[in-house]
Amino acid sequence: MSAPVAHTAHAPEGFIRKYVFSLDHKVIGIQYYFLGLFSVFIGMSLSLLMRFHMVNPEAKVAWFAKLWPTGAAGGMMTPELYLSLMTMHGTIMVFFVLTTVPQSGFGNYFLPIQIGAEDMAFPVLNMMSFWTTFIALVVMVSAFFVQGGAPLSGWTAYPPLSGAGRVTGPGEGLGQTLWIVSIAIFCGASLMGAINFIATTVDLRCKGMRLMRMPLTCWTWLVTAILGLLGFAVLLAAGVLLILDREAGTSFFLPSGMMISDHILTNHKGGSPLLWQHLFWFFGHPEVYIAILPGMGVTSHVLSTFSRKPIFGYKAMVYAILSIGFLGFLVWGHHMFMSGMNPYSALAFSVLTMCIGVPSAIKTFNWIGTLWGGKIHFDTAMMFALGFVSLFVTGGISGIFLGQPALDLYFHDTYFVVGHFHMIMGVAAIFGMFAGTFYWFPKMFGKMMNEPLGKLHFYCTFIGVYAIFTPMHYLGIAGNPRRYSDFSNVEYLSPLMPVHHFMTYAAYFTAAAQILFVVNLFWSMAKGPKAPMNPWNSTSLEWSIPSPPPFDNFAGVHPVVNHGPYEFSVPGAPRDYIMQNDPLTAPAVTETDAS
Amino acid sequence: MLLAPVVWVLTVVICYFFVVKTWWFPPPINQHGLAYDEQFMRTLIITGIIFFVAQFALGYAIFKFRDDGRRASYYHGNDKLETLWTSATALLFLGLVLMGSKIWANVHFDEAPPDSIPIEVLGKQFAWSFRYPGPDGKFGRTDLKLVNDSAGNPFGLDDKDPAAKDDLVSASLKIPVGKPIKLIMHSRDVIHNFFVRELRMKQDIVPGMEIPLHFQADKIGVYEVPCSELCGLGHFQMRTTMTVLSEADFEKWKQQQQALK
Repeated sequence: MSAPVAHTAHAPEGFIRKYVFSLDHKVIGIQYYFLGLFSVFIGMSLSLLMRFHMVNPEAKVAWFAKLWPTGAAGGMMTPELYLSLMTMHGTIMVFFVLTTVPQSGFGNYFLPIQIGAEDMAFPVLNMMSFWTTFIALVVMVSAFFVQGGAPLSGWTAYPPLSGAGRVTGPGEGLGQTLWIVSIAIFCGASLMGAINFIATTVDLRCKGMRLMRMPLTCWTWLVTAILGLLGFAVLLAAGVLLILDREAGTSFFLPSGMMISDHILTNHKGGSPLLWQHLFWFFGHPEVYIAILPGMGVTSHVLSTFSRKPIFGYKAMVYAILSIGFLGFLVWGHHMFMSGMNPYSALAFSVLTMCIGVPSAIKTFNWIGTLWGGKIHFDTAMMFALGFVSLFVTGGISGIFLGQPALDLYFHDTYFVVGHFHMIMGVAAIFGMFAGTFYWFPKMFGKMMNEPLGKLHFYCTFIGVYAIFTPMHYLGIAGNPRRYSDFSNVEYLSPLMPVHHFMTYAAYFTAAAQILFVVNLFWSMAKGPKAPMNPWNSTSLEWSIPSPPPFDNFAGVHPVVNHGPYEFSVPGAPRDYIMQNDPLTAPAVTETDAS
Repeated sequence: MLLAPVVWVLTVVICYFFVVKTWWFPPPINQHGLAYDEQFMRTLIITGIIFFVAQFALGYAIFKFRDDGRRASYYHGNDKLETLWTSATALLFLGLVLMGSKIWANVHFDEAPPDSIPIEVLGKQFAWSFRYPGPDGKFGRTDLKLVNDSAGNPFGLDDKDPAAKDDLVSASLKIPVGKPIKLIMHSRDVIHNFFVRELRMKQDIVPGMEIPLHFQADKIGVYEVPCSELCGLGHFQMRTTMTVLSEADFEKWKQQQQALK
């Protein structure tokens, strides 16, 4: 448990070593955060273009033609351009936002500090993992600028659409190859990150930081890292096989007897399109938890802090996180109920899927239990954590429909699915990031964010995302298929167009509201009032050091932890919180068993 | 504080549209569809109650436990409550799955009845084709090399085979009412998906696989079939119809098609 000295206590002097190729986990965390922020604005812009196109499929916009001379020749977006926007929206959001910010951003910055370590276990690996992620992003975005444009096979890239090359559509040439290469690079980066997180948590906890004294954030980062280690390894292998199918003429995913646009493919034999789906979802389902678990951790942490109350059922929360991690690997088949796989396995996957609903429900109960009897402070961080709980319930509930193969017979690939995963994996996870941002900003930048502006942003976003994503469930019930660039070819979709118009306006509104956040973020960084050491009266170790923390976090002192992570409002204690490293003075108020 | 009424209002609005069913399923046209709708409503009521109670409890906690100068209570949880709600959710969720499993079994575990009418479905970028065996009741030989979409031979029927010569090919699906139908589904290029809302059924069509789907439609009418698996740039245009005809009309249609050959 002792922290090996990873580097000297003096920060490097040069700009490049300090801010670019930095080994400091805090700088790397911020680099990841801004990489995610850049990506989320790309991803969001793509979604606005998609929403615009869905309700105005024939509109001619001059600057579309400038941006995409072939994809939007004359200013009118082609269906293939729409699909490539969709593919890139999903991919950028899932990989470069949802995977990157909650885990690699906040996790990098705060895991070492919360467990009392000076840095991550492998600082050089940490730097490499960030810059590898950066290269992956550059390769991904470059797919827009090659001949044929970005791929159109969706973020799930099902072969043969993604595997047979240019013949299946524009964007399926070099664009799709770059997509796979980028994902493979990203997998490498995530594997490096995962190893680092696991080693750090296992090895570098300070004296007294027993596993069951770790803040729940650390638990979620640890389990997320384990999911990443197992999941990204499989995705990497799948990506390599897909590249081989495309470029080397192998047949892992391509069967014989294929004929694409009057052209018989003679060079493939014996592959299975379903194999890709199994490999992809073996990663893809745990990926959902990679995106949401850290958000659950932050939410738990923030709810307890701002309710001034211990987390309800700490142990149950830890077991729930662990069982979500474990069961997360046994449910991938629920994405494949309609795929043509053995229908008997659907029942097994569906039972396991319902099982994973149980720990999720436990967490919801415990969050409400944490609020119950508390003394709630409504700072913006808390607002987003409360919003997270609401969105998590809404997004989770629709999973009970989709997890039943019988009901999936209708809902598969409808907007019901789009609504479900955007609610839970998209916006709930993003609310976790907002909660984390407002909670940790004072520590990261030494300044306070603007609270009224934060709350205005919260309300606009909260109402906005409900307005965008709830109607998708109704559309799904009406049978609206997803991944359609234009709804005018199916008669029963025309009465649904008013709903699409409403969602498009809601998306414009919500996107505009994000300007409030960006202004708040950058304005506060420059001009915000100076943050004290512990503005929220929190208990975890990052609040026991200056804001922002010194280069080696604890200024050469090894912290000793004496208390659990959520000792709020302890009877008889002088303050309404006991910090984890407070001395063991009054025995009556110390270590209270978490049960 | 303001958040509590916001959560409540959102909850009520969401529930309202589920209750008034502004945007909803079309009526089902088969027994399976009726069973499906029952299972959907069962799930909707159970999850609706959970949704409503959870959101209201959240709003109540926000409202009731706001900082009004009290001290927060100090406890770390309650094992009894924890066990209670864990087992309650587990029972509810598993119960729902088990109740729905019969519907799934009827679609996928049961074999198509022996007197089912076999129809071959072919998906390709971005059109549907359906093949009916001729009067001999047999699907004839096909060969990819003979495929010629513009000449109306998407299956690549081999005219040298008498069993193939009388096969009927149609761009839309026509079936007789009240008769078991067995679709045998193929794709020539990428993955497609056969979906008819009124049947409450959907199935991916995967190249290299032969996937069966059996059903029966009990109501005459025309129903849309939109492709429901991303298949490329024309995915949104890959639509056909399923026409349910009276038995006499179905026979007449077949004869007409045969005569047109």
